[in-house]
Amino acid sequence: MRKLGILPRIYLAAVFVILYAPIFYLIYYSFNSGGGMSNFESFTLEHYKAVFQDTRLLIIVLNTIIIALLSALLSTTIGVIGALAIYFMKNKSARQTVLSLNNILIVSPDVIIGASFLILFTLIGVKLGFASVLISHIAFSIPIVVIMVLPKLLEMSTTLIDAALDLGASRKDILTRVILPYIKPGIFAGFFLALTYSLDDFAVTFFVTGNGFSTLSVEIYSMARTGITLTINALSGLIFLLTMVLVLGYYIIGNKAKSPQGVKK
Amino acid sequence: MRNKNPLRFIYATPYAAWLLLFVLAPIVVIVYYSFFDLSGQLTLANYRNFFTSIYFKLTMSSFWYAFLITFFALLISYPTAYFLTKTKHKQLWLLLIIIPSWINLLLKTYAFIGLMGKYGPINAFLEAVGIGGQQILFTDFSFVFVSVYIFIPFMILPIFNSLDKINPTLLDASKDLGANAWVTFKRVIWPMTTDGVKSGIQVVFIPALSLFMITRLIAGNKVITLGTAIEQQFLVTQNWGMGSTIAVFLIIFMFLIMVLTSGKKGGIIK
Repeated sequence: MRKLGILPRIYLAAVFVILYAPIFYLIYYSFNSGGGMSNFESFTLEHYKAVFQDTRLLIIVLNTIIIALLSALLSTTIGVIGALAIYFMKNKSARQTVLSLNNILIVSPDVIIGASFLILFTLIGVKLGFASVLISHIAFSIPIVVIMVLPKLLEMSTTLIDAALDLGASRKDILTRVILPYIKPGIFAGFFLALTYSLDDFAVTFFVTGNGFSTLSVEIYSMARTGITLTINALSGLIFLLTMVLVLGYYIIGNKAKSPQGVKK
Repeated sequence: MRNKNPLRFIYATPYAAWLLLFVLAPIVVIVYYSFFDLSGQLTLANYRNFFTSIYFKLTMSSFWYAFLITFFALLISYPTAYFLTKTKHKQLWLLLIIIPSWINLLLKTYAFIGLMGKYGPINAFLEAVGIGGQQILFTDFSFVFVSVYIFIPFMILPIFNSLDKINPTLLDASKDLGANAWVTFKRVIWPMTTDGVKSGIQVVFIPALSLFMITRLIAGNKVITLGTAIEQQFLVTQNWGMGSTIAVFLIIFMFLIMVLTSGKKGGIIK
C-alpha cells in the first residue's frame, strides 16, 4: 500500500477534528461550573449530579431505554420472521416486490413516517403516549432487521437444509438447529441497529408522542429550544459513553459475523 | 421439496400485518387526508394551494438547500473516502468516521448552538484574527454547515465501499498505459464509484429535504424546508390536510430521486 502524502494526511486530520470537535466541546463544558458553553470557570461535577437528581429526567431516560429494548426485541422477532418469509418465497417478482415494500420505511423521511403514523393512530384510536411511540419504533426498525438478516440467509448454502432433511430433521429442527444458529450474527446486528435507531430517533417520536410522554431526544429538543442548559451537556457526556459501549458491542458482533462460517459444531 | 400447503406462510402473519399496517396504510391515509380541508370537507383546495407561489417558492428553496447540502457533503466526503482507502487500518479509521453519526443528532445540533453562539469559540476565533464577531447562528450559512456536518459520515460510507472494491491492478494498468493521475481518476476511478456516489446522494438529499429540527434550532425560522412545513401544518396549525398534501409531494420527490439515483447496491447503514 502506498503511503499517504502529507496533504492528504492533513486533510483527513482536519475532517476528524471537525467531526469530533462538537462532541468533545459538549463534554468539555459539562464540567464547567460557569453557566454557559464559553468561559470555562472551574471543574465541577454538579451538572452530572443535577442529571441524577432530576427525577423527571431519570424517568424519561428510563422510558427511552425501555422503549429501545422492547422495540428492538419485538422488531427483531418480526424482522427475522419477515426475512425467513422472503427467503422462502419462490416467486422471484413477488419476492422483489416485498423487498421493495420492506425498504420504503428505510428511505422515507422521518417527517413522513411521523405524520402518517400520527394520522394512523388517531384513526385507529391508539392513545398517543407510550403505546404509540413503542409501536412506531417497532414499525420503523423491522425493515432494518430484515436487511441485516436476509443476506445471512442468502449466503447459507441450501445443501445444509437438504442434509438436515435427509438426516430426518423436522421443520422445527431445521429452523432451530440449522437456520437460526447460522443467521445468529445477522440477528444480533439487526437487534443492535434497531436499538440505536430507537435511541436516536427524534422526528417520528416527536410526532406521535402526545403530551405527557417523552423520550430523551424529544426532551433534549425542548430543552435546547429554550437555550443552553449544562444539564444537556452532562447528559451528552453520559450518552457518549453509552454510545461507545454500543458501538463496541456492534463492532465485536460485526467482526464475528464476518469471521468464516459460524456453524455450530 | 416443500408442499403447496396454503398455510405454509402462516408464520409470516406478523410481518405481513406490518407490511399492510405500517407500510401501505400510511401512504394510503396520507393521500386520503390530502383531499380534506380543515373542516373535513372533501376538496382539492390543498393541491391548489400547493401550486401557489408561496409553496412553489418553499419547494424551490427546500430543493436549493438540499442541493447545497448534498453538494458540499459530496465535495468533502469524496476525498475523505479516497484517502481513507489508502490508510493502513482503513476499517478502523472508517469506524472512527462513523462513530459521530451514532451520537444523538439533537446533541450534535445542540453543540453548534454553543459553538456558533455570540460568545462561542468560533466567534472568539474570528475576533482574535481580526475579522470581528459575526452573527452565525440563525443564518442559512449555519443551517447548511450543520447539515453538511451531520450528513458527511452517511456520504463517506457508500463512497468508501465503492472505492474499496476497485481492483488496484486496474490503476496500475492505467498508469502503465500512460495515464496521469487526473486521467486515471476521470476515466477509471470516478466511473467505478458512481454507484457509491449515487447512493450517497440518495441518503443525503432526501433527508435534507425534510429536516426540521436543525432548521428550528440552528436557523431559527430563517429557513423553511418541506419538512418544516409538514411539521408546522401537523403540529402547530393542525391542518392535517395541507400537511398531507405537502407530504404527498415529498413522497413523489422521494420516488423521483430514488429512480434518478438507482443502481445502488447496499451501503445504507445509519
